[in-house]
Amino acid sequence: MQASDIEALIRESFPDAKIQVVGDDGVHFSAEVIDESFRGKNRVQQQRAVMAALKGKMDGPNGEIHALGLTTKAPD
Amino acid sequence: MSDAKTRIEETNNANTVVLYMKGTKDMPQCGFSSRVAGVLNYMGVEYADVNVLADEEIRQGIKDYSDWPTIPQLYVKGEFVGGCDIITEMTLSGELDEMFDTNDVNYDKEAADRIREANA
Repeated sequence: MQASDIEALIRESFPDAKIQVVGDDGVHFSAEVIDESFRGKNRVQQQRAVMAALKGKMDGPNGEIHALGLTTKAPD
Repeated sequence: MSDAKTRIEETNNANTVVLYMKGTKDMPQCGFSSRVAGVLNYMGVEYADVNVLADEEIRQGIKDYSDWPTIPQLYVKGEFVGGCDIITEMTLSGELDEMFDTNDVNYDKEAADRIREANA
């Protein structure tokens, strides 16, 4: 799994978001997602939406991403 | 043996603060679980730790229960608060202190301030 794969997966669900994914060891990543859809949502709701975009890559049988540090917010 | 959901609810109702983690509060077995348990231990918070590595049914059940794919997961008064990133952010911003205040959870305020100073 590469950072660009994660970015592409997030992009599918958040086409206009500002997305930055860092991580080059294939397993540990950190991602920042800034999107208008987060406005008014609390952190759990924001991050839940991003993890849903990763469709089971986070866990479950093909849980390739062991560690994803996530930061989410609405644009200032 | 009742199903995972019932057991989770029983645990969450019986304890104000519950941390579903990999390992135990004294022997965490994953960096993220260790960080959250470490914060709670340092702040002197009383909490129930549930080792999901010792209970596969709960390990999957808790993820379905909160619709959150990762461990650790912190609950206060039965409410899912967040995973490692969110708890870290809330600790540094002081929101965790507020949450504990509003739910009358005892903790060491100075310890919380020391964490924030150390990370300023």
